[in-house]
Amino acid sequence: MTVSSTPQNLASNAARKGVHHRIGVTQELIVFLVSIALFAYFSITLDNFLSRDNILNLIRNVAMLGMLSLGMAVVVIGRGVDLSLVAVMAVSLTFSIVLANQGYAFSTALVLGLAFVIVVAIVMGFLIAYVEIPAIFATLAVSAIVYGLGRGVIATLDVNNVPDNLNWFLFLGRGSFLGIPIPIWLFAMCATALYFFLRRTGFGRFIYAIGDNISTARITGIPVRPVIILQYVLSGVMAFLAGCVTAASVASMNMRMVNSTLIYDVLLVVILGGIGLTGGRGGVRNVLVGTILIGLLLNGMTILDISYTVQNLVKSTVLLGALIVDALLNPRDEQTSQQGDI
Amino acid sequence: MMIAKYAAAAVVAGILSFGAAHAQDGMVDELRQPTLDSLAGKKVVFVPMSMSFDLPEGWAAIMQKEAKRLGYTLDIRDANWSTDTGTRALTQAITEKPDVIVVQNFDVASYARTLKKAEDSGIKVIQVNMKSSYQTDAFVGADWYGIGQYAANRMIEKCGKASGKSGKIAIIQGPATAAASVYQLNAISETLKGHDDIKIVSSQTGDWDQSKARGIAQTVIQQNPDLCGIIGFWDVMDAGTGAAIQESGKDIYLITSGGGNKTACQGVENGTFKEVISYDVEGQGRDLNNAIKVLLQSKEAAGAVKFALYTPNKLISKETMSTNSCWDLDQLKK
Repeated sequence: MTVSSTPQNLASNAARKGVHHRIGVTQELIVFLVSIALFAYFSITLDNFLSRDNILNLIRNVAMLGMLSLGMAVVVIGRGVDLSLVAVMAVSLTFSIVLANQGYAFSTALVLGLAFVIVVAIVMGFLIAYVEIPAIFATLAVSAIVYGLGRGVIATLDVNNVPDNLNWFLFLGRGSFLGIPIPIWLFAMCATALYFFLRRTGFGRFIYAIGDNISTARITGIPVRPVIILQYVLSGVMAFLAGCVTAASVASMNMRMVNSTLIYDVLLVVILGGIGLTGGRGGVRNVLVGTILIGLLLNGMTILDISYTVQNLVKSTVLLGALIVDALLNPRDEQTSQQGDI
Repeated sequence: MMIAKYAAAAVVAGILSFGAAHAQDGMVDELRQPTLDSLAGKKVVFVPMSMSFDLPEGWAAIMQKEAKRLGYTLDIRDANWSTDTGTRALTQAITEKPDVIVVQNFDVASYARTLKKAEDSGIKVIQVNMKSSYQTDAFVGADWYGIGQYAANRMIEKCGKASGKSGKIAIIQGPATAAASVYQLNAISETLKGHDDIKIVSSQTGDWDQSKARGIAQTVIQQNPDLCGIIGFWDVMDAGTGAAIQESGKDIYLITSGGGNKTACQGVENGTFKEVISYDVEGQGRDLNNAIKVLLQSKEAAGAVKFALYTPNKLISKETMSTNSCWDLDQLKK
């Protein structure tokens, strides 16, 4: 069964397509144009900016952010939000590293870390889908619990180093294949897989349907609650993969990351790319556009040697701009807004 | 006359025998008991940035041991990477009126007022490693100026005209307002004055985070293929800087500083760092204990005597490294 098989949905889909088309082009176009402008500006003003190495570098440095954003995108499309991504990423990898340092084989430790992620995601998804706690509160609470577990139970120190001689693991962060760094390959693979999942599978379409109108989705016969749990499992797995890339890059995992602004950067990428917080819109392409713009900003500002505070100011201003554009292009209406959503 | 002579002899003999007996039993140390008494039962509160990294863990382990030995208490109130939580912990501590507060500042400004309030209410305050702009009774910690000066001089040596290298260096700082950043930066710019052969191509903050440091270092190295050296501000963060250097396959002189935890020695050993300036947490722990004991014994009011104990730096490179260059937290805790 597909979503568009009922007359109601055909109608709403057609209406949405019209809107979607207009919004997609406009929102993405703005970000795309800004990216092109920045790219042109940096190419002209900065030496070496256009070099192959710098471009690879630019993408490589946002690969982790991009992977987290893919996870966030799946959830936001289903009209949720996952604020626990960073905590889950940092703590699950810390868990694996601690286990490995206690003598477990690293592959076993990684599998256990992944299992931890999936259990957390299922619990969180259950709270949101069945207990019907708004996603923003449930994920925020779970984030705090996971971080607390990490700091209080799993490890005593923030930074835990990967055991020595794990070259195969470090390869994920430091190696390259055909001249392209492995993190970029992993990002590309995740993006492709998610693209096919969202566009070509029934479950993928269900997520759009739920994000678009949860009541309609339920009446249509979509197993709404299990699909919501699936969303959070997917975002958790993406967080775990992003964590692997991070840990492999610096041979350690730093739980302090949970206190940083990373989660807002992830939201920035998703919203900037044009995935409306009202759900049901956007896709992998939007994440790519958002990620590239952030990559350009970070890379350019680092080369220009702009101070961290000013960098944050620029990023925040861009986020605010994106939110304003989002609000103008995706106005709330009585049909789609509901109490407790974000 | 005879009687008087005998009497005198008896007195002398008596004195002599008393002296001999005294020598056999040793002498009572008049200072010891009052000192012990002045320490026992006192209360010390420690407010670190977070009990989750090597420095505070190390200090706490050493302070705890001494507190236990001498019978005063050491309470740890974790600021958990938040100045708000830290300020609350300090305010709470002030109402409890401990004898001494030991505090590690996040930056030079946040706690300044609260620390003054503590002193005004009669609590003696020791600042450890990261200073506030407000000077309290004691400062125990790294000599950031000296560290910056040494690092800058090493850069002149390794990258300047005499070396035949490009002279291009980069700096990976901590948070912009942290004591470690502001005083080191000042030292570096003072030292490099007049050295036109050294050019700072980038000075960015890694915010104490390895991933951020890695990203910055990678971009800077890519942008300046002839980069000669990097000064990092903390070894834990600069594990990321070192990873970027190793990934680039270039020979870049990375000098950083830290508490001298065993990871610093491992980093020097495996080539992540060329040199680590260690401010020796073990030594700092002993200095801290001494400062605590001095302040507990002192009859002066809080804020009356102000002193600083800057830690002598230990230099760790492949050439100077020995088995006791670094410490191990698990050992310290024993």
